[in-house]
Amino acid sequence: MSEHIDITLTVNGERVTARVEARRHLVDFLRLDLGLMGTHVGCEHGVCGACTLRVDGEIVRGCLVLAASLDGATVQTIEGASDTGEIRDLQDAFIARNAAQCGFCTPGMLMAAADLLAHTPSPSREAIREHLSGNYCRCTGYQAIVDAVETAARTRAKA
Amino acid sequence: MAETVKLHAEDRPNSYIGRSVPRPNVAKLVEGRGQYVDDIVLPRMAHAAFVRSPHAHARILKVDASAALALPGVYRVFTGADLAGHCEPWVAVLAHLKGMKSAPQLPLPVGTATWMGEAVVAVVAETRAIAEDAAALVAVDYEPLVPVVDMETALDAAMPVIHPELGDNLTFQRVNESGDVEAAFSAAHTVVEATFHTARHTGVTLEPRSILADYNRGSGRLTVYQSTQAPHMLQGVYAKHLRMAEGDIRVICGDVGGSFGIKVHVYPDEVAVVAIAKLMGRPVKFIADRLESFSSDIHARDHRITGRLAVDGEGRILGFDIDDLTGIGPYSVYPRTSAVEGNQVVNLVGGPYDFAHYRARTTVVLQNKTPTCQYRAVGHPIATTVTEGLMDLAAEALGLDPLVIRERNLMRDGSYPRTSPAGMRFEGLSHEASLARLRDMIDYPRLRAEQAALRAKGIHRGIGFAAFIELTNPSPFMYGIGGARISAQDGCTVRIDPDGSVVAATGVTEQGQGTEAIMRQIVAEAVGVPIETVRVVTGDTLTTPYGGGTWACRGAGIGGEAALQAGLAVKEAALKVAGAMLQAAPESLDLVNGVIVEKASGAERMPLAELGRVVYFRGDTLPPDVPRELMQTRHFTPKQFPFAFTNGIQASHVEVDVATGIVKLLKHWVVEDCGRVINPLLVDEQVRGGVVQGLGGALYEHCHYSPDGQLLVGTMADYLVPMAAEMPDIEVGHVETPTKESLLGAKGAGEAGTAGAPAAVMNAINDALRPFKARVLAQPFTPERILAALGVVPPR
Repeated sequence: MSEHIDITLTVNGERVTARVEARRHLVDFLRLDLGLMGTHVGCEHGVCGACTLRVDGEIVRGCLVLAASLDGATVQTIEGASDTGEIRDLQDAFIARNAAQCGFCTPGMLMAAADLLAHTPSPSREAIREHLSGNYCRCTGYQAIVDAVETAARTRAKA
Repeated sequence: MAETVKLHAEDRPNSYIGRSVPRPNVAKLVEGRGQYVDDIVLPRMAHAAFVRSPHAHARILKVDASAALALPGVYRVFTGADLAGHCEPWVAVLAHLKGMKSAPQLPLPVGTATWMGEAVVAVVAETRAIAEDAAALVAVDYEPLVPVVDMETALDAAMPVIHPELGDNLTFQRVNESGDVEAAFSAAHTVVEATFHTARHTGVTLEPRSILADYNRGSGRLTVYQSTQAPHMLQGVYAKHLRMAEGDIRVICGDVGGSFGIKVHVYPDEVAVVAIAKLMGRPVKFIADRLESFSSDIHARDHRITGRLAVDGEGRILGFDIDDLTGIGPYSVYPRTSAVEGNQVVNLVGGPYDFAHYRARTTVVLQNKTPTCQYRAVGHPIATTVTEGLMDLAAEALGLDPLVIRERNLMRDGSYPRTSPAGMRFEGLSHEASLARLRDMIDYPRLRAEQAALRAKGIHRGIGFAAFIELTNPSPFMYGIGGARISAQDGCTVRIDPDGSVVAATGVTEQGQGTEAIMRQIVAEAVGVPIETVRVVTGDTLTTPYGGGTWACRGAGIGGEAALQAGLAVKEAALKVAGAMLQAAPESLDLVNGVIVEKASGAERMPLAELGRVVYFRGDTLPPDVPRELMQTRHFTPKQFPFAFTNGIQASHVEVDVATGIVKLLKHWVVEDCGRVINPLLVDEQVRGGVVQGLGGALYEHCHYSPDGQLLVGTMADYLVPMAAEMPDIEVGHVETPTKESLLGAKGAGEAGTAGAPAAVMNAINDALRPFKARVLAQPFTPERILAALGVVPPR
């Protein structure tokens, strides 16, 4: 457990060099080593989706990725996706529709929703529900989230 | 009684009550920039991990921590005995629950572990990972004891008594009886009877229980950052049990990642963390992991209920006769007690209906499983399941339509105030209007025609209904009269700052339901300022008025009224100053949208910021006797009724695949009456979230145990929760019957969805199964149970 690995990667557009414990998963690396608290820990089994974020452009469960495997990788968290403005429309739709209550699932939910819209610009409600089914939300009952994603998709289609 | 505020006066400026205003605190959450307890990092912060009992019931013989202490980075290890001298044990009973008994409980047990997952030893280290490594190195010698697992046999003479000093495993029993049940049943045209099971399940807050306690030896002050619903209650608990002055303790509750009742209780491991922080004189953090959450968060709803319903030939209810049994784990949970759920069942069965004869018994027993306690809609889903399940059985027996039998029996809308046979006092409900509204929403004839047409094609759909009542705005009759220091009153302080902006500090808390949003709406309207200029402070015992926090649907109804009154008082105070500045009678002025205006003409006289400037920086220019009290505090407690009941009705539309037993949820409808709706968007989302939580309990969620008391669900892969794909769209309608106890008129809205959803879906499934003469009454309604009811697979 005490083996350490040197990695250099890009996190939210900035280069990071670190020596990490071999067992450190990506969420702990982001939260404990980099102070990026937007990615949340819900189950650490890859089930709840709270730690959904991007590695090399694809969404992953941060709790199932070891930081040591990320030398040379590009990581983007909710903070990074917020700062680039890329998901502003989704975030605005979530606020307007009250698609976030306690907010703990929201960063992961937004990353999953952004991924859906990147691959399927005009998803049906069923497709939205299916794509978000790896992200647990205890508060909303999901309908507001589906509505918000649908609204953002429609607005993008018109733009 | 006071007149309530004008409804939906949206044409007026700064009229915010009744409007769908977005929540101010969501903007940071969607950027991942909230601050939950685990996001807080303090200098010299240590991390706690717990060694938990692998046995349901075992004597703790010996703890050997030498290997753990040898690990670099480990600071201290604490056993039950190490902490016992630093903490007063607690006993979770309430005086008004007559005869209730429970055993003293400590942060970590001394002598005997009584459930699998109970924290036995605490390890404190430099990091959580090291603390967990060290916890695995702690050697605990146990002598396994026979566990009491099945609540049905918990009182048998052959079973061990979990706490010998109590004499037996019975913690509470109550019979709630009125009228003449025996006579009613013997005179009945038809009696239906059934046994229902509601499954033991749990809250699964996505943010686990989280606490960070910091003790400053220099100041003698303790600061606890905690994910909780009741900061002031915890302040009192820590003071009493750690032998400190309440004034030396500050509990801070920032963003909370879901609570639902899970985070309103006193957990022994959390008290251990606070005691350890005090002993070590440094910050100590504990964040439960998911396995710890499943085995140590409170469970709920572990009930077996046998019920009988007597009706006359027209389907009019003569009486209910209910026998409820519930197992609550080895201890009643502090300070609310674990008897309240059963007590609610015997108070709420038959709640929506007009009848005369009632008998309901609850028997609350101890067992070696995770303790149970209050979870969203406490007791309501159980009472509603029994009531509405029996109503459908009676309808079927008499050949009546399920909506018709309900219409025939609901309490009449004009018949209030009145008291139910169970002794519940209702100020004003709207069952008939709600059912009529539901009929409009669902297009019932079309649903029934479609059902009949699809039957012919081998597609089996069902429609189920559940009328319900919900207890909200609890007065001291809920806990205070039983001796618990749980505040039923709440307060709000509103102040105007020099720039004319407004700050409102409230004793109710925010866990995502929208407390800050509705307080902002209420205060903006009451003071007369633009909503963007109002900031709301919650969740800090040092800076907010003393209050109960957020539970039992009290935030809007109680905290909201305090905010309204404080806002109105501040406005009055501001107009006094304005009158002096403008040489006008205060009564002739008004404060609208942040501007002092002439009330009659609406002519603008002065911005509020100018008044602020004069009051705070040039008080010398005002007449000396003019009061400049731009900060006002008001409190509110319900006094006329013990609770403000709400009501409503739900409908569920399902399709049951009779080959696989899988239930597809097609649609769900809710009509609810929570009195004044402050923010329709937020109320509807409370209802929807509540419905889905109820559907989870009805269809998926179950804390499975082995016969020897091993919890068999340890991850979210074992314990199924509702996900987006399975859930239906939910349509929400409203009837508004404001409470006359307050100017605001609001009642609670957070639990109605959960109260009715399980019964509605049960009735819908059984409606679909009716041609097969099959029926399911044990939650969760899994495919296996449905197939067993259909005779496809053998029952287990």
